[in-house]
Amino acid sequence: MRKIYSRIDAIAGNVITVTAEGVRYGELAVVSSSHGDSLAEVIRLFENKVSLQVYAGSRGVSTGDEVRFLGHPMQVSFSDDLLGRIFNGSGVPRDKGPALTESLIEIGGPAVNPAKRIIPRNMIRTGIPMIDLFNTLVESQKLPIFSVSGEPYNPLLARIAMQAEVDIIILGGCGLKYDDYLFFRDALEEGGALSRTIFFVHTAADPIVESLLVPDISLAVAERFALRGKRVLVLLTDMTNFADAMREIAITMEQVPSNRGYPGDLYSQLAARYEKAVDFEGAGSITILAVTTMPGDDVTHPVPDNTGYITEGQFYLRNGRIEPFGSLSRLKQLVNKDTREDHRALMDGMIKLYAAYLESLEKKAMGFRMSDWDQKLLKYGVSFEREMMDLSVNIPLEKALDAGWRILSDCFLPEEAGLRTELIKKFWPKG
Amino acid sequence: MKEKQGRVVGVNGNMVTVDVDGDVFMNEVGYVATGDQRLKAEVIRIRGHRAELQVFEVTRGIGIGDPVDFSGELLSVQLGPGLLGQIFDGLQNPLPLIAAQHGFFLPRGVYLTALPGDRQWEFTPLAKVGARVSRGMSLGTVPEGIFQHRIMVPFDLYDNYTVKSIAPAGKYTLDSRIAELTDPKGNAVSVTMVFNWPVKRPINAYAERLKPTEPLITKVRIIDSFFPVARGGTYCIPGPFGSGKTVLQQVTSRHAEVDVVVIAACGERAGEVVETLREFPELIDPRTGRALMERTVIICNTSSMPVAAREASVYTAVTIAEYYRQMGLNVLLLADSTSRWAQAMREMSGRLEEIPGEEAFPAYLESVIASFYERAGVVRLKDGGTGSVTIGGTVSPAGGNFEEPVTQATLKVVGAFHGLSRERAESRKYPAIHPLESWSKYPAAVDETMTEFARGLLFRGNEVSQMMKVVGEEGTSLEDFILYLKAEFIDAVFLQQNSFDPVDAAVNTERQRYAFALLTQIIKAQLELADKAAARSFFYQLRQRFLDWNGAAWGSDSFKSIEQDIRSSLGERQAHA
Repeated sequence: MRKIYSRIDAIAGNVITVTAEGVRYGELAVVSSSHGDSLAEVIRLFENKVSLQVYAGSRGVSTGDEVRFLGHPMQVSFSDDLLGRIFNGSGVPRDKGPALTESLIEIGGPAVNPAKRIIPRNMIRTGIPMIDLFNTLVESQKLPIFSVSGEPYNPLLARIAMQAEVDIIILGGCGLKYDDYLFFRDALEEGGALSRTIFFVHTAADPIVESLLVPDISLAVAERFALRGKRVLVLLTDMTNFADAMREIAITMEQVPSNRGYPGDLYSQLAARYEKAVDFEGAGSITILAVTTMPGDDVTHPVPDNTGYITEGQFYLRNGRIEPFGSLSRLKQLVNKDTREDHRALMDGMIKLYAAYLESLEKKAMGFRMSDWDQKLLKYGVSFEREMMDLSVNIPLEKALDAGWRILSDCFLPEEAGLRTELIKKFWPKG
Repeated sequence: MKEKQGRVVGVNGNMVTVDVDGDVFMNEVGYVATGDQRLKAEVIRIRGHRAELQVFEVTRGIGIGDPVDFSGELLSVQLGPGLLGQIFDGLQNPLPLIAAQHGFFLPRGVYLTALPGDRQWEFTPLAKVGARVSRGMSLGTVPEGIFQHRIMVPFDLYDNYTVKSIAPAGKYTLDSRIAELTDPKGNAVSVTMVFNWPVKRPINAYAERLKPTEPLITKVRIIDSFFPVARGGTYCIPGPFGSGKTVLQQVTSRHAEVDVVVIAACGERAGEVVETLREFPELIDPRTGRALMERTVIICNTSSMPVAAREASVYTAVTIAEYYRQMGLNVLLLADSTSRWAQAMREMSGRLEEIPGEEAFPAYLESVIASFYERAGVVRLKDGGTGSVTIGGTVSPAGGNFEEPVTQATLKVVGAFHGLSRERAESRKYPAIHPLESWSKYPAAVDETMTEFARGLLFRGNEVSQMMKVVGEEGTSLEDFILYLKAEFIDAVFLQQNSFDPVDAAVNTERQRYAFALLTQIIKAQLELADKAAARSFFYQLRQRFLDWNGAAWGSDSFKSIEQDIRSSLGERQAHA
């Protein structure tokens, strides 16, 4: 029989402190206040003082409220019944369906043994040239979409989700706007993908602490499906909200902040989630795409900065396009050697030329005379932006490669393209 | 030793506070008993009868009152034959063995012996009965992969000894006695093939330290020719994310001309380690004809593995590197990334509520980094041979800004700085080592007066390019414009290198010198070029040929014919005085 405590010693921010015995670190408790029950998790023990973060927030919690310890850490039900369902950050249904309480699994489980991982080898086709050709998405990759508020990152996520060849999609929303939540639901429903999708959605209207659970709960479920041989795509939006929730708790707990108030373990905390992306030896895989909005479009902000070090590349979404600079898929080398022999060379060559185009554009803006070379670059840049960068372009990789050669031959002489002679002989459009 | 016990009185993240009866010492290893698990931890602060321990595992489930056993030992690694080719976690647990026993995940509280105890080793005695020996001197050898692994007098035997008996040649397991020594007081000490050494104490069982002078060939052109590394030296690679630090480390771990490579994957992505540990057994080391894995030890504590063990992992790695140095081998330690290790220190420092230094890093950050890099070096062994440990560490500065504490503390103590630039990486100029900002204090593989000339040209080319942004191409003289094109040319054909091209990925010294000589001829040439368009077209065509040349196998027919091509097109334009 677990003890019930009916005296809360302190309430600060969303953290409450009770005097209790026999409590274990990470254990879950239920705080019952006049506004209803909320889950809370033990985040510090010292002698008989137990600090808990209250997921529904501490607003309205009274010092006389009841705290009941459950004797186990956070759990979620796992079965095929999850498919097509919508839950909140604590795993409580948000749709009209029944609550699931069978076969509970712990969330935030142990790390995967690196010796049981395999080298990713499958490309995930998206039909977006800026991804397929220039920054190929690879099964089991973890990749953030760096963006700023107002960019169409959620439509991009939804489009990738519908076009990507995966078995199961898990959408984890942290601080998602209600409209965006509805947008995802409708988009996936229209695309016919709802039946293979699970939502764990924390909206901006919910208490912020609850968003802390979303990545863990999404990934714990993803992990189970992957172990059963499924290819799972996890979409997280927006991880900056998750980091901000962590910061809030850290500051309440009077931790020494490291950078802009974020806790010193921000890197480890983010890594523990992103590293769940995996290709299991002899089982399925988890691929993670996560939106990270950059406050003030500043990539050196601690959240995008730490994320960038963890993930295997990043997509920059700016002005409605995936930026060719900075965007990078670190795993692309593992798959683009097997697509077509010109893939790598074309990818590098076209980006180098686009960089040169931007320099010419800058010169032009400053009123300098344009040399013949500049003129060629200007022509190239326009075609490149229209046929490659525009997000509405939806063509398979092979078509995109052919388009690349056509753009090059429209604008340059073969030796100006900076590509190996043998490739030029084979692929340069004749006539 | 008397068993010491304690009880948990507080848990905060991965730190536990323990009430102890009896004496504990700093960095002592203790085990927190939670349920049926024993979680390894290390003492990091003692105040009165309370000790604070960092736990090398997830602390979930630890409760007040859980017992803690103290081991009376410092955190140590096992040293002996069988380390090569292994994949360990930060505490030297063999990961493949854990995978075999426990499947996909890393269970808590499982600690396995690093070296297999049942394996038989073919021992050949070297020392004679009656010989005088001291720590680090060889008693015999066993074959390990391509090396003769020396069985040495354990480094924790500090006296002078006489060999009383030694085992005859034959097969032995690790823990069989292979020698008996007598200390000056006449006490007998038996020696096996394996012993423990505390990771945070440098191994110093050698005669003296020497100055690093020999270049360590990495087969990366920009490093060997412009910013060389010396055997026994230290270097660091700071760079923002996505600038190619890890690819550079991977390329180095494959092609560097050393005997043993120790890779410390410290707090980085698991995927990268997987590439190494899946590919190395397949790759053949051209120097030995054996699998690369046979010369490699991987210490792998990736970012999702517990933070405290991350701190231990760099020490585990350097201790293993020093151990092989004692055998007269040249060892390269690649630590990726030292920033994660520094962050692990910062996390603990924060939990201990120490007064924070810059960016909340602890005040002792600099001295800890310095003493780590100081464990590199060339040494003269007691038998007159030499061995070396070279340390190359990547740094991941927050925001890509080199003015942060970890980069600055590292720059103070290393001998070469390979600064990666986001700008270069974004325009796909790899390796993204910045040619103007990087430096090295070590001697280079190619003639330094020549590289100085090339660097001078790069500087001036950069100036011209800056100026051109203001005055435009038409405001630039033809002479300056050619200078700019030459600088671009050096960058494109020599500084940049394609690590994914089978030929270009690794370039030996001979070829580097040869290519650089031709490059020098081109950049020193007085060229007759009518106008800027002609100049640009000339250099672009030349660049094209040179890139083809870089991709042609050394000494092959196409190599010779392309070279001829380059020389003749240069001859056509060369001004004759």
